[in-house]
Amino acid sequence: MASLRTLLARPWIWSFFGALLVWLATIAFTGGYGGGGMITAALSLAVFTVIVGVGQMFVITLGPGNVDLSLPANIGLASAVAMKVMDGNDAMIAVGLLAALACGMAIGAVNYLLIWALRIPPIIATLSASFVIQSVDISYGRGLQIKPPPGFADFTNWQVFGIPVLAILTVLFTIGAGIVLQRMIYGRSVLAIGQNIRAAWLAGVSVGRTRFLTYMLSGALGGLDGALLAGYFRGANVDIGNEYLLASIAVVVIGGTSVAGGKANVPGVWGAALFLVLLLTMLNTFGVSVGVRLVLTGLIIVGVITAAGGQKALR
Amino acid sequence: MPEASADIIRPDGAEKHFGAVSMDIIRLDGAEKHFGAVRALAGVDFSVRAGECVGLVGHNGAGKSTLMHMVAGTLTPDGGQIAVRGGVEASYSVPRAQQLGIRCVFQELSLCPNLSVAENTRINHASLHGFGWRRKAADLIAAKLDEIFPGHSISASDIVGDLSITSRQMVEVARAFTVTQEPLELVILDEPTSSLDAQTAGQLLAFVRRFIAAGKSCILISHVLGEVLGNADRIVVMRDGKVVAAGQADQFDRDRLVTAMGGAEAREKAAAEIASGKPGPGPLRVRARPPRQQDGNELVARAGEIIGLAGLAGHGQTDLLLAIFAAASRAKTGIEVTAPVALVAGDRQSDGIFPQWSIAENIGIRSLARLRNGLLISPQREAELAELWQRKIGIRTPDMNNNIFSLSGGNQQKALFARALGSDAKIVLMDDPMRGVDIGTKLEVYDLVREEARHGRTFLWYTTETEELDNCDHIYVFKNGRIVANLRRDELTEEKIIQSSFGDAA
Repeated sequence: MASLRTLLARPWIWSFFGALLVWLATIAFTGGYGGGGMITAALSLAVFTVIVGVGQMFVITLGPGNVDLSLPANIGLASAVAMKVMDGNDAMIAVGLLAALACGMAIGAVNYLLIWALRIPPIIATLSASFVIQSVDISYGRGLQIKPPPGFADFTNWQVFGIPVLAILTVLFTIGAGIVLQRMIYGRSVLAIGQNIRAAWLAGVSVGRTRFLTYMLSGALGGLDGALLAGYFRGANVDIGNEYLLASIAVVVIGGTSVAGGKANVPGVWGAALFLVLLLTMLNTFGVSVGVRLVLTGLIIVGVITAAGGQKALR
Repeated sequence: MPEASADIIRPDGAEKHFGAVSMDIIRLDGAEKHFGAVRALAGVDFSVRAGECVGLVGHNGAGKSTLMHMVAGTLTPDGGQIAVRGGVEASYSVPRAQQLGIRCVFQELSLCPNLSVAENTRINHASLHGFGWRRKAADLIAAKLDEIFPGHSISASDIVGDLSITSRQMVEVARAFTVTQEPLELVILDEPTSSLDAQTAGQLLAFVRRFIAAGKSCILISHVLGEVLGNADRIVVMRDGKVVAAGQADQFDRDRLVTAMGGAEAREKAAAEIASGKPGPGPLRVRARPPRQQDGNELVARAGEIIGLAGLAGHGQTDLLLAIFAAASRAKTGIEVTAPVALVAGDRQSDGIFPQWSIAENIGIRSLARLRNGLLISPQREAELAELWQRKIGIRTPDMNNNIFSLSGGNQQKALFARALGSDAKIVLMDDPMRGVDIGTKLEVYDLVREEARHGRTFLWYTTETEELDNCDHIYVFKNGRIVANLRRDELTEEKIIQSSFGDAA
């Protein structure tokens, strides 16, 4: 009983609970058909949201006003860069991945440069950066869809006993992110800055460096995500990252990370990403129209955030 | 604080006891309050009559604030009863307190930082509405500020967040005394002078005496015992959630108050220890010249020295400390710093506390690099550091993993001291860190500071309390962002500081 209560006191449990509920509702509708396949598909798709969601989580944890709106453009450009560098050649996979990471980190560095040098609020800086990145992407990719090397496409779709390997790797990555957040100086610094940036500076936290690293991290994860998405969907394109602007912010918030900063939640990002993907699957299964689906998605997200937020206030 | 109150005529005690029940503005009998396992109040009897100033003293965590929250209606007692003007009230509440004219100025400043002084005033006065409410509110607060703090430099259109903590406290106090529709009978002043300098504190206390002479009442909570002894008609001493002594103010003196509060040793020890002499000056740690300094005066601090920064509040002392802090990580002209620096914030909420974190995490943040085991922060070492300083500085809590806000204000301040003293810093900057800290805690921290200085640490200590300068080896007096006097400890007198603070720049 006591352990159940401590479990319920953790904000991330609600997002998993929501995901489970949605899954059960869908299964009930189909009469038990396709439950396992649905989980496999959900895991494959959730991976991409989780990767950018973790980056966004670190940025949002830096405190009010910090958000990375350049992620969709970043994903788009990095997917094109990765595919061009790989050039359909299996031997170039590692180089292509590194190129995508470098591209994302460069974008993160530019974002922070705008925020730091011109003192623009992050929300404006990353938004304006994303327009520039998108233009670069359009002229660089020339609207062509470049195919991934077969080995890379297979890797992103590889499954072991119905579990996508990419999902397993991403779970390991998120465990690492949780350790970084709680047990490393960098993570503690992010949490301290998010709670009170002035107190953090006066306590000897290197504020500028931590913020710079955080935008770089978010950029790097965006770049990696772009490369993986291009592999999974068999081709890069400019719009490939579009849905990850709202999704990356939604998973952070639904997952129990405080929008006010200073409090982050890594497992919640997974729960929220699964919840969002399963929700979409459920509404598709029910056969509702696109309009209704969007309205329901919005309402359900609001409902989950209210429920999770109410729980926090009681504590 | 000079004993300037001797010539003030007060009704004597006997007169007041006459018909006491009917004159009670508020009376609490056997008030009890528990917060979880913590017993904050254990059956307290307390009353305030019309036309008296009640002084309330006790250590941090003695239950003073809890008791005042009950008087203000923000907390309801778990046991006991509240009577208003003789009649027992079953459901005493904030609206009822307001209706009775009970106001309070709490220790944690309650102004909205994003609003102007006038707009903050409007919050308490619903009757200021319609066209020109801002003008009316501005006139109201400006008149009261002029009355209490003549010569202040606050404008009603200033945004509160831009004001210094001293000015904010002045606005907070003045706002509590403004009157529109609701009556004003009793004002609770919880540490009203903690962020004020000697001059403004004197103005406030003089105003309080005029207020009492006009037949109104006041509860004065202060850790500066001289203020309480010099201004209260009656004094109530609390300890561990109980009233341990109460009586007319003239029955008390400083020693009796300190004994009643318990836990504090005589302060002569401090002076004696300093007088016992020190080894010769150590290597240079800080050399700093304020940016506006035109003559050759500069601040010099060596290893093992305690340097005091004095003068009126807000005359550049904090700015210089922050400049020295910044110079430690990035070279700055005019400032030389030769060792790692840590800072103890005075404005805890905005400069010190991480509200989401435990006490242990709040202490460890300055020492993360040393708490590592390989790449990762070791929870065990973090706990050891916290426990070491819990013992050394006496942080009163059952568990250092509790949230920092589970501590009383003074204990939160101790955690901030532990953060700085537990770090590798050789230079500790203190930005008036003893605001609202009880005398027992202060004496413990003074001892610790002197001990650390003997081991070679350097302290730069800005304080608004002249008594604290007794602990310093060397004192620099500031005026308008400049150093105007440079005193050795044996040259230090309150007159000298006041003289330099008000005189022309040397």
